[in-house]
Amino acid sequence: MQKTDIVESEYLRDDIPDFRPGDTVKVHVRVVEGNRERVQVFQGVVIARKGGGLRETFTVRKVSFGVGVERTFPVHSPIISKIEVVTQGRVRRAKLYYLRDRVGKSARIKEKRRT
Amino acid sequence: MTQVFAEDGKVIPVTLVEAGPCLVTQIKTVEKEGYDALQLGFGEVKEKKLNGPQRGHFRSKDLEPRRHLAEVRVQNPSDYRLGQEITVEMFSKGDRVDITGRSRGKGYAGVIKRHNFGGGPGSHGAHFHRAPGAIGACATPSRVFKGSRMPGRMGGERVTALNLEIVDVKPERNLLLVKGSVPGPDGGILLIRESIKTRKKAGKKAHVLT
Repeated sequence: MQKTDIVESEYLRDDIPDFRPGDTVKVHVRVVEGNRERVQVFQGVVIARKGGGLRETFTVRKVSFGVGVERTFPVHSPIISKIEVVTQGRVRRAKLYYLRDRVGKSARIKEKRRT
Repeated sequence: MTQVFAEDGKVIPVTLVEAGPCLVTQIKTVEKEGYDALQLGFGEVKEKKLNGPQRGHFRSKDLEPRRHLAEVRVQNPSDYRLGQEITVEMFSKGDRVDITGRSRGKGYAGVIKRHNFGGGPGSHGAHFHRAPGAIGACATPSRVFKGSRMPGRMGGERVTALNLEIVDVKPERNLLLVKGSVPGPDGGILLIRESIKTRKKAGKKAHVLT
């Protein structure tokens, strides 16, 4: 085991569900406003997962009031209180950046059929 | 290097440094050497790998031989004794340290890399790209001044990174987590001292990782 892994392993979270690009997720983000803390939900499609170990991040895209919004979170970040997988999508690539150029019907992702 | 999360979710870049345990191999005092200092040894080595004087240095004090030696100035050498082990526990979270090491060698480097010159435009018909340009005037002084910044060997020299913050200490593995980067390649030898900006002294030898 590398020494970096030993240090990183303390910060890795094991309560993160398994999710992939194409899935629709609800990310519960802890937001600190002044001295008050509340949880904000960011729901959208996972369009990428990058990196590995503690450095792994994922990008969630949603269209809010006609404007595309993307947020990138570190998977193991303590600001994430919870991740819920809403639907699993059937996609054929790991990075769904093509969704950025599409609107409406063509921007949909087929739901994965249960096997 | 790696990164850790702060409690508020901020990502802190850290370098892992394996520090110590270091042996006090010699105590220098004002009476004897004219100044107060400790000589510290780091890393085990087989005695047969040392030359005669080095062997004698350790044998006369009945100490295990150490591969690397370094000297650190201290205020009161009487607080330490010969053969004492200094470990990472002398540092704690939030301390500021200075870390000295040998920087990575860059080889024969041009003025842009070595002295941060601007360089010329890359295109639009320019013929001046990465050259140093003028290095002095003409008939007066009809020579180039000493110390003019020119291409040459870069890196591979002693560098001290000042005032680095210690993010965490792992005594069970002799590890320090230092915020930011430190001089030198992975596995290089470092000297860690308390930051001169906090005006304290004491120190130790160490070994960098990643």
